[in-house]
Amino acid sequence: MVFAIVLVLLVIITVLFTFFSPWWFTPLASNWGSIDDALIITFAITGFVFVAVTLFMALAIFKFHHKEGRKAAFEPENKKLENWLIAVTSLGIVGMLAPGLVVWADYVNPPSNAAIFETVGQQWSWNFRLPGKDGKLGRAAVQFVNYDNPLGVDPNDPVGQDDLIIEGGEMHLPIDQPVKVYLRSLDVLHDFYVPQFRAKMDMVPGMVTFFWFTPTRTGEFEILCAELCGIGHSQMRGIVIVEQVEEYQTWLSEQVTFAEMMPPTEEAESGDATVGESNVAGEGTDG
Amino acid sequence: MVEHEDEQSDDENHEPTSFLTKYVWSQDHKVIAVQYSLTAIAIGLVALVLSWLMRMQLGFPGALEFIDEDAYYQYATMHGMIMVIYLLTAIFLGGFGNYLIPLMVGARDMVFPYLNMLSYWVYLLAVIVLTASFFVPGGPTGAGWTLYPPQSILQGTPGYEWGIILMLTSLVIFIVAFTMGGLNYVTTILQARARGMTLMRMPLTVWGIFIATFMGLLAFPALFVSGVMLLLDRVIGTSFFVPEIISLGDPLAYGGGSPLLFQHLFWFFGHPEVYIVALPAFGIVSDLLSVHARKNIFGYRMMVWALLAIGVLSFIVWAHHMYVSGMDPAFGFFFAITTLIIAVPTAIKVYNWVLTLWRADIHMTVPMLFSLSFILTFVFGGLTGLFLGNVVVDVPLSDTYFVVAHFHMVMGVAPIMIVFGAIYHWYPKITGRMLHGAMGQIHFWVTFLGTYAIYFPMHYLGFVGVPRRYYSYDEIDFIPESAHDLNAAITVAALIVGAAQLLFLYNVFWSLRKGEKAPANPWKATSLEWQTPQTPPAHGNWGKELPVVHRWAYDYSVPGAEEDYLPQNMPRQPFEKSGAHDPHDDKPVTDLQESDK
Repeated sequence: MVFAIVLVLLVIITVLFTFFSPWWFTPLASNWGSIDDALIITFAITGFVFVAVTLFMALAIFKFHHKEGRKAAFEPENKKLENWLIAVTSLGIVGMLAPGLVVWADYVNPPSNAAIFETVGQQWSWNFRLPGKDGKLGRAAVQFVNYDNPLGVDPNDPVGQDDLIIEGGEMHLPIDQPVKVYLRSLDVLHDFYVPQFRAKMDMVPGMVTFFWFTPTRTGEFEILCAELCGIGHSQMRGIVIVEQVEEYQTWLSEQVTFAEMMPPTEEAESGDATVGESNVAGEGTDG
Repeated sequence: MVEHEDEQSDDENHEPTSFLTKYVWSQDHKVIAVQYSLTAIAIGLVALVLSWLMRMQLGFPGALEFIDEDAYYQYATMHGMIMVIYLLTAIFLGGFGNYLIPLMVGARDMVFPYLNMLSYWVYLLAVIVLTASFFVPGGPTGAGWTLYPPQSILQGTPGYEWGIILMLTSLVIFIVAFTMGGLNYVTTILQARARGMTLMRMPLTVWGIFIATFMGLLAFPALFVSGVMLLLDRVIGTSFFVPEIISLGDPLAYGGGSPLLFQHLFWFFGHPEVYIVALPAFGIVSDLLSVHARKNIFGYRMMVWALLAIGVLSFIVWAHHMYVSGMDPAFGFFFAITTLIIAVPTAIKVYNWVLTLWRADIHMTVPMLFSLSFILTFVFGGLTGLFLGNVVVDVPLSDTYFVVAHFHMVMGVAPIMIVFGAIYHWYPKITGRMLHGAMGQIHFWVTFLGTYAIYFPMHYLGFVGVPRRYYSYDEIDFIPESAHDLNAAITVAALIVGAAQLLFLYNVFWSLRKGEKAPANPWKATSLEWQTPQTPPAHGNWGKELPVVHRWAYDYSVPGAEEDYLPQNMPRQPFEKSGAHDPHDDKPVTDLQESDK
């Protein structure tokens, strides 16, 4: 009895909390409103099931708790009811899954007009690289990394010479321009996570991963790491500044290219570095 | 109805006589079960204390000065691994599996008693090796319970010196122990059932444990090989999982390995592991509900098929833990579909549990309270699992507190509720005493409401986007101040819930001496373990003659019967129409005698 009442109260609290608590999605700043929508659909369907099952349980306890002389019914199974429940459940599953998969198809297919940039994680900081005028990122690998070449751009790859190397953990993006992000890690797993963009992806040493989004709101957004990467995990921060195209162009013109960064003597050293199995990380892209 | 043979041990029983062979080097499944359970609970208490410390750091950052980054990640890692493997897996299979299988199927013991004993002692060794990692230089590993390389074996992660080596060694030892136990449970269920105990007459507890054990035998090898490979990477410098990398400024000698390979192997084990813990709980809750609602479990056959379906499907859903891991995103389609399909058999189980309550005669005993609260928490955790399984919805939620809240609800709170429910239920059989009811009630209410207070609001931190595995949330702009207050409140709830568990332990030890004497069958249950000639059951369980089974385990409130339960070993009664007593297997017992020993 008490338990039935508590169940009803829990349902009421749960519903009220959902609508009136201050904790809800952080305001969106990208095109991924569709992810929020898929989440809401899932929430609505699962929320209904939770309320229905819990209230049914409360009702059963209320009606059939032990009293002197009560005897339970003997009902081993009810094929018809069971089949109905399976059918309705399957329908609910499809109702959640279908919109989810449609949005996922969108998530894994970056639009053809997407600009590109690369982000490189290492314990515990963020660096970035933008393609130069050719619109392509040069080849990069861990074996090329040294003090002067923190991202490991291949010094012998002509495509990489005009790449812009952005150190210091602050990245700028123009508003409303779809962007495909290539992700690399020099050491352990990381994850590029800006809560307002919704999208995120792990960065895995030895491979290049990607995802895409379109920033839709100007402002400063923190980059967090969302894959445990050692003791500095919670301090691994960066900043994305989304701004109007003109401001972005100004910022862009202040960045230095890879060729400008490299000291002139670099030629000889890089010769050695290319020996051995190449661990191709970043490749030119079709943008 | 009960076999009235007396307790003389016949020659075949080989009853041990010395204290050492009876209680320490025991080959009796009941003693081994208690050994397994007490060890699991002891190491689980360590994990409980670790969770307190973690919550202190999250709720009141800096309040305990000794909790630095290293310590925090070490607590988190050890808490997770202990709870999942060394407590839950061990207590469900080594504890309840050991105690209940022979008694429920009507056997004298496990078929390989010596191996069974060995299984416990090897498990104990695994626990000791794990515990030793608290005392080695650098402390235990802080790599997170998933132990993802390269991070887990590199500088920059606490315990990379010795902790990770001991962790992996302990896991490998645990799997050896599990395999010895597991082969035993499966063989016993298949080979040593009493006459008349067909598979489709077995209580669902046995079915749940049976399928979970089978899954463990198939899934643990993946963890075993990944553990050995990671050990080799760490100790002798192979590169199974580590590509060419630079660690804290220095290039390392690794090259060519794949971090994703480890994740695939880990989750190929890790996802079935969720069900290795859940299926025994599914089985036990089905029986508890049925006994305390005085009604047969609704849709028994469907329940068995659902268990089987979940067991099979759970081997093809593992990569839903890896949607944003960087694996080919096309896999997302496949794994989202398989993951959501598994919701169908799971939903069937939930429906059948609540339908069992309909038109029942519900006795609100302590085991029943825990069982009902299991349904609520499991439904909650199962439904939030659909968010995370639904691939694109997982993207914003992965690695946030939504995930933490989800898996604690579904594989922390829910199975633990059943561990408690089962202990309150079977304690009278195990010890011959009842647990103290009022203490049980307090324990229940604090645990049920407290865990809801901890994990329900935590989901909303996940909606906000608060990332998990963070030592500190200082200076993260998007997290509102109110979220820190919520964290403090959750910590307070966690401390209270933890304290309530101490009351439970007190009850367990207090009742051992002072508890009310238990009758042989205090809940008036039908299954065989309640029909033993002695309580607690003597060595060999059944006296001179094994029980003969005449019916399924769910003959409650059968029309025409005087009592509201008919034990499984009660022959067919005159008032029963042909087949009506056992809708799923109405073969007369004589047909079964030929094939049985």
